[in-house]
Amino acid sequence: MAPHELRRPFKRPAISDQQKRRDLSLIRQEKNRLDAQRHARFLASTVLSLQPPADSEIITDSNPSPEQEFELVEEGIEALELDVRQAAKLKGTEARRWFAKQLMLPEWMIDIPDRLCHDWYVLARPAGKRCFVVSSNGTTVSRLRNGTLLHRFPSSLPSGARNKGNSSSQSYCILDCIFHELDQTYYVTDMVCWAGFSLYECTAEFRFFWLNSKLVETGACDPPSVYHKHRFSLPTVYNCDQAGLHASYTQPTSYVKDGLLFYNKHAHYQTGNTPLALVWKDANCSQYVIDTDSKGQILDQQQVVLALQENGKLTTSDEPPVEFGCLDMEFIQKSGLQTGDLLKFSVSDRGLCFTDGKLEKADIQFISKSNRARAFADSFSKIMFQHMVRHSPLQIEDLFASITSSAVKDKEVTDEEMAD
Amino acid sequence: MAMEVTQILLNAQSIDGSVRKHAEDNLRQFQEQNLPTFLLSISGELANDEKPVESRKLAGLILKNALDAKEQHRKFELVQRWLSLDASVKAQIKSSLLKTLSSPAYEARSTASQVIAKVSGIELPHKQWPELIGSLLSNINQQSVHAKQATLETLGYLCEEISPQVIDQDQVNKILTAVVQGMNTSEASTDVRLAATRALYNALGFAQANFSNDMERDYIMRVVCEATISPELKLRQAAFECLVAIASSYYDKLAPYIHDIFNITAKAVKDDEEPVALQAMEFWSSICDEEIDILDEYGGEFSGDSEIPCFYFTKKALPALVPMLLETLLKQEEDQDQDEGAWNIAMAGGTCLGLVARTVGDDIVPLVMPFIQENITKPDWRQREAATYAFGSIFEGPAPDKLVPLVDKALPFMLNALMTDPNSHVKDTTAWTLGRMFEFLHGSAIETSIITPANVQQIINVLLHSMKDVPNVAEKACGALYFLAQGYEDVESTSPLSSYLQEIVQSLLAATHREDSGESRLRTAAYETLNEVVRSSTEESGPMVMQLVPLIMLELHQTVEAQQLSSDEREKQNELQGLLCGCLQVIIQKLGSSETTKYVFLQYADQMMNLFLRVFASKSATAHEEAMLAIGALAYAMGQDFTKYMTEFYKYLETGLQNFEDYQVCAITVGVVGDVCRAIEDKILPYCDGIMTQLLKDLSSNQLHRSVKPPIFSCFGDIALAIGENFEKYLMYAMPMLQGAAELSFHTSDADEDIEYTNLLRNGILEAYSGIFQGFKGSPKTQLLMPYAPHVLQFLDSLYTEKDMDDVVSKTAIGVLGDLADTLGPNAGPLIQHSVSSKEFLKECLTSEDHLVKESAEWAKLAISRSVAF
Repeated sequence: MAPHELRRPFKRPAISDQQKRRDLSLIRQEKNRLDAQRHARFLASTVLSLQPPADSEIITDSNPSPEQEFELVEEGIEALELDVRQAAKLKGTEARRWFAKQLMLPEWMIDIPDRLCHDWYVLARPAGKRCFVVSSNGTTVSRLRNGTLLHRFPSSLPSGARNKGNSSSQSYCILDCIFHELDQTYYVTDMVCWAGFSLYECTAEFRFFWLNSKLVETGACDPPSVYHKHRFSLPTVYNCDQAGLHASYTQPTSYVKDGLLFYNKHAHYQTGNTPLALVWKDANCSQYVIDTDSKGQILDQQQVVLALQENGKLTTSDEPPVEFGCLDMEFIQKSGLQTGDLLKFSVSDRGLCFTDGKLEKADIQFISKSNRARAFADSFSKIMFQHMVRHSPLQIEDLFASITSSAVKDKEVTDEEMAD
Repeated sequence: MAMEVTQILLNAQSIDGSVRKHAEDNLRQFQEQNLPTFLLSISGELANDEKPVESRKLAGLILKNALDAKEQHRKFELVQRWLSLDASVKAQIKSSLLKTLSSPAYEARSTASQVIAKVSGIELPHKQWPELIGSLLSNINQQSVHAKQATLETLGYLCEEISPQVIDQDQVNKILTAVVQGMNTSEASTDVRLAATRALYNALGFAQANFSNDMERDYIMRVVCEATISPELKLRQAAFECLVAIASSYYDKLAPYIHDIFNITAKAVKDDEEPVALQAMEFWSSICDEEIDILDEYGGEFSGDSEIPCFYFTKKALPALVPMLLETLLKQEEDQDQDEGAWNIAMAGGTCLGLVARTVGDDIVPLVMPFIQENITKPDWRQREAATYAFGSIFEGPAPDKLVPLVDKALPFMLNALMTDPNSHVKDTTAWTLGRMFEFLHGSAIETSIITPANVQQIINVLLHSMKDVPNVAEKACGALYFLAQGYEDVESTSPLSSYLQEIVQSLLAATHREDSGESRLRTAAYETLNEVVRSSTEESGPMVMQLVPLIMLELHQTVEAQQLSSDEREKQNELQGLLCGCLQVIIQKLGSSETTKYVFLQYADQMMNLFLRVFASKSATAHEEAMLAIGALAYAMGQDFTKYMTEFYKYLETGLQNFEDYQVCAITVGVVGDVCRAIEDKILPYCDGIMTQLLKDLSSNQLHRSVKPPIFSCFGDIALAIGENFEKYLMYAMPMLQGAAELSFHTSDADEDIEYTNLLRNGILEAYSGIFQGFKGSPKTQLLMPYAPHVLQFLDSLYTEKDMDDVVSKTAIGVLGDLADTLGPNAGPLIQHSVSSKEFLKECLTSEDHLVKESAEWAKLAISRSVAF
């Protein structure tokens, strides 16, 4: 038991540079591991198929009409898989093509879903341009429904501006928005990806919870500033009960209303047309109930846009498509129409006949090819809704009634249970 | 044989090499042929008072080595071997050992007491030899001074050997009573008092209960304090050692004694001989250590609670303590700066002063400044040096705004002193003091830096000039520049150093090339400073850093080309290789982190890799480690392109993973496997059989230092993430290992270092699970993981129930929950819903204040909601 060593470090830095090198390496490795993990975690569900680049170039060169490029590559064909961060780097046509497929498209409400007051949210839809807002790598880009660029701007969304501490490439966001011209504000109607988290496969309930808790945190709802050009805002989302429906229908909002949006609480974010999100409007809550022409005049006759199929059939954008008629080959050739073209037709008064909600007969006249900016044909529900608006609209009273009757039914059920 | 054993033992110590070797071989054969007889024979030799002391002593040593070894696995083998010996043999050996304690021959007694401690270290935890302590205590009551001394020594060794849980309080009480009685002034024999005092030092860890009892504690403290004024130097020294140990172990019990202890220590520091004075000073250093820890805890948590309250002993003693310490600073030795091993009262005094400053903060400044002002300009170098040393010692602790005005005034004086003081001891301390100023009063955290555009040029000029001074001064000048550069690490665009970079780099390289750069660690310091200068450089200096690449590569090239070196030269060469690889590693990280410089710099990649591989030809562990780290950095910078080096690099990777002895090399290689996985991803597949085999071997080895095991588990995760479902074939090996380690992690002790290790181990296991689950995500083979899911969830649940994980483990654990849900999806739904983790644990993590924990929890919530649909 010799005396114990008591020498302490003298005139030396507490840590050697060799140890510092080791420690820095460990920190770097730990950080890289974390990045790799994050990448693996957040990558998957945003992956979508696109045509291989070689093919797409040919298409881009020979035929710039966007509709054809939107074709999804069927399973089994060698596909180029992209996630959002890669997609954010896409330019021009490719970018438009990719983003045009990413939005969830609500169907028009042509009948009232069961359990509206239990399973659904409602919100007053802001009037404006429906768009996707993507923030990544220090910039924010908004794209319209057809994929074309609306704005490129700095924002307070994660990775939305090139200011300090906001540059992780993992941290991209995708928001489903409506751009409201009057106050230059993006109203967020859904959240698809947040800070690298993919929410595609989350229920609407979860997405709105996330949206509400996350968006304000970032300062995205603050007034515009140098690194934040446009303000973001959240329309109030109500449970679709008496009070909620009443509030969304009558309460004044900071934005101009354009109908009501309904979301099924349990539905995932599904790209393309879905009956689990619905839009409805009447003259009280929208200026544009009946379709207008480019000058804002209500059209004498309802117009529809349909896609021309190979066999001459005219179909909606639904999956599976609904057939509205057929053009004969001679007419197609004479008019220089091609498969996939979107064509505008007018519908004669009482020109659509339905039996049990199914189209029986459509009396339509060809007008012209549709505007090139259109990405899709009309959906069946849109045509139906427009038709109903002109003839026997679904009214707000009907909606209230459905909620009341459902509540009564519930009460009966409970009473019965109690009686047991 | 027994007759001859004495002669063989004596021959084994012969100066004649062949005689010695023959004897050693005999002993080995004897031991291998019949271990029980051999042990009996040598224990008999040790106990036999008629035998020569030399043979008895060696017999004891052999016996001791038959019970214990340094290497963990060997130690374990020896313990098992002893436990399996025949009980009657062991009884006979033990009785011989106890008998030896009464031998008149000191060396025989002393060796026996060490052997007894080793045996007790094996047997007491197994509840064997219960009568040992009783028979030792009865020895003390004998009149023989020899037996008393040897028995107390044995008790000391025994306490060093075993942990306090092994013996019950009753026995502890008896041991302490015997020991303290042995220390008492009434004990006539100094040898007995010394043995008792040293025994107390080791027994303090057992005295928890006794220190909580006022009477017992008073008694122990009185006896210890009395021993500090014994006429015998060794006894005074040992008594102060006890006080130092008490300061650390029983800080909260010291209040009633601190006044007396101050007087005792002050007197010792002032008047006693150096070994005693150093211990007396160490008492205050230890008090400071304790109070710094406690105050850290106070400051760290808003609630301000700590298990132990702070009694502010240092603060209360300050007016007397500081003058006492300042006095010691004037007792420097000539040339102490050239002597690596020097430790004297002046050095200890300055060190303690630094600790006092950290403990009391601002209060020290007015107590030290008059001493500095009075002495700094005196003609005697000792006074100037002491004043400077005092100044440099107080920069850590007081608030910068208290110090900055003083330093602003002193800085020109210091710079002048470094250039012109005739005494190199003063210059050494001055350069060190400048370094301390830059370390604590310059950088992004300091509001008003002492460095201004007006003085930065002069500072650099002086430091570069001093790099040509004698090696120890030049080394301190490098150190000062290191901290000057470090202060600019967070600078974003333009660093004030940029315009001087060329000169700085040239001066540092010139310092490394000095003939005498081997002295005073100068060369190492110059390279380390170069590293820091590179690390803190900004983008505008990219081209300058780029110019360093071929220069350093050329130097490294020269070292690998050098041939026919003496072993001394080779050692220096290896050290230099380590430094150069370290420097390249820093440069790779710097240039690789910016897109603009990365591509230019990667032109050198082939050459550089070639050099690193050649460094592996050397035998030096440090050089290997540095080369390996540099390669990891290179792989990270290159990404997929690194694949081209794999065929050649693989064998070194494998060798690194096999390096059990230099476990640092092994650990770093494991980390580099991770780097390579992330760089080349599935291109690592062809090498995975080899790597996995080696990693599994490493895990099964009890030779490999345990600190390497957690990173190996993490590495499993890295590999799985890189090769995805191809990890399938390793599942049957890796998964049981992970499960076993997970279970084992619940059966460790509560010692602090064990808790820390358990956390590291669990984190590694969890990272492995994360990587494996994520690697299989989306694969048709995910069902292969289903059988392991229950265990993984159970592991997470147990972690939650145990409540002893740190934030890092929480983060990884809750992430694994998400990964499991994400990969297994609805198949694992019922399992997940039944786990505690998916409810309380998740909820707790979602509200965590640690954002990484929260982020992982959000991921888990998301993954679960996606796949399990609540």
